[in-house]
Amino acid sequence: MYVRALAFTPVERLQGLAQKIYYVHVPVAIYALAAFAVTGLLSIAYLWLRDERIDRAAEASAEVGVVFSVVMLISGPLWGKPVWGTWWAWDARLTSTLFIFLLFVGYLIMRGAIVEVDLRARFSAVLGILGLALVPFIHLTVYLFRTIHPQPILFKPSAPSLPGVMLTTILLSLGVFTLLYVGFTTQRYAVASLRALREEELLSDA
Amino acid sequence: MRDYLGVVWAIVVKDATVEWRTKTAFMSAVVFAILVLSILYFARDPTAVSSMDIAPGALWVTFTFAAMVGLNRAFLLERENQAIDGMLLTPVPRTAIFVGKMTGNLLFVGFVELISVPLFVLFYNVSLAGRLPQLLAVTAMATLAFVAVGTLLSAMAVRTRFAELMLPILLLPFLIPPVVGAVQLTSRILAARPASELMGWFKLLAAFDIVFCVLAILLYEATLDE
Repeated sequence: MYVRALAFTPVERLQGLAQKIYYVHVPVAIYALAAFAVTGLLSIAYLWLRDERIDRAAEASAEVGVVFSVVMLISGPLWGKPVWGTWWAWDARLTSTLFIFLLFVGYLIMRGAIVEVDLRARFSAVLGILGLALVPFIHLTVYLFRTIHPQPILFKPSAPSLPGVMLTTILLSLGVFTLLYVGFTTQRYAVASLRALREEELLSDA
Repeated sequence: MRDYLGVVWAIVVKDATVEWRTKTAFMSAVVFAILVLSILYFARDPTAVSSMDIAPGALWVTFTFAAMVGLNRAFLLERENQAIDGMLLTPVPRTAIFVGKMTGNLLFVGFVELISVPLFVLFYNVSLAGRLPQLLAVTAMATLAFVAVGTLLSAMAVRTRFAELMLPILLLPFLIPPVVGAVQLTSRILAARPASELMGWFKLLAAFDIVFCVLAILLYEATLDE
């Protein structure tokens, strides 16, 4: 995919080479937010079914989301400097993703500060649900300021307006990041399961 | 319904009595508010930025920080001597306990605000003539917003390690919509803008209030041990 992005796509006329970061930045951003949405939905499911595995999956998804967000928040400024002329701008989408990122960092910090498994699961679920409800509000709030972010060209009502080669590359890239997200999350889930198993062993030994 | 309100009232009276006897939390919140207000006054270049430009922001940062002081205290008090367990053992709806705590916090923050506003008028030389009803509406709506979320999160934060640190980390992201909205509204009200420019933000605040009050009340039960 990176070979394709670097070698085969045309250089964008206005933005130059910097535009190539699009093939990483956009999929990573989409999956970061999707990961948080998954955490929120799993939180609802947890309070409903009270299954420990759901809590572990929510944790895994939140952690992968935070990692993806970091990639997004680093690749964004790298592109912003040559194109916007500034590393950082308090633009609507930038601001809202930053706050959502901080919210989920808080989520992970809170998980680290509770020892009791059941309590941690319940509190995390409550926070996950509150976070899910907060996202649209943050988005509306910063949107009432104004945005200089590029408008969506892929997911919009009319047909995607990208030239063919770029379109295939971004779709390929989306596919790769789908695999990456699913892969990371399942790996992280496995780690959480093993950790829970180990804790049980330690408890029964004691 | 009458019983329900009776429980809520009993908890409000209990919290108010406890607070009245010492006044420690209240006094510290008020002093804290005055300090923040005056520090923010100096946190600008007086030759370039007029105090009026930062006044709405200063007011809301002050309210937010002062509220945090009060919210931290609300459940910390109940943790001592397991007072909360006693309350939960009583055969009353648990949501009533939460609404009671929330109302108590609302009163606490409300009184702190009542003292801060005259000082704000004095320090920042603003005139509130004729704008008080609108400003009161903004304050009430935004305060309800962060007390509702704050009460729930403080009930959770006291049971984690580093409780005092945990509440701001968890709560601040939730304060962005109400505080940004309140600052925007306050600056527009102080600049005497037409009501049509206020509606968007008022709607946002109202929606936030409704969604998060309902969520907080519903989710409180999930934070308790069975």
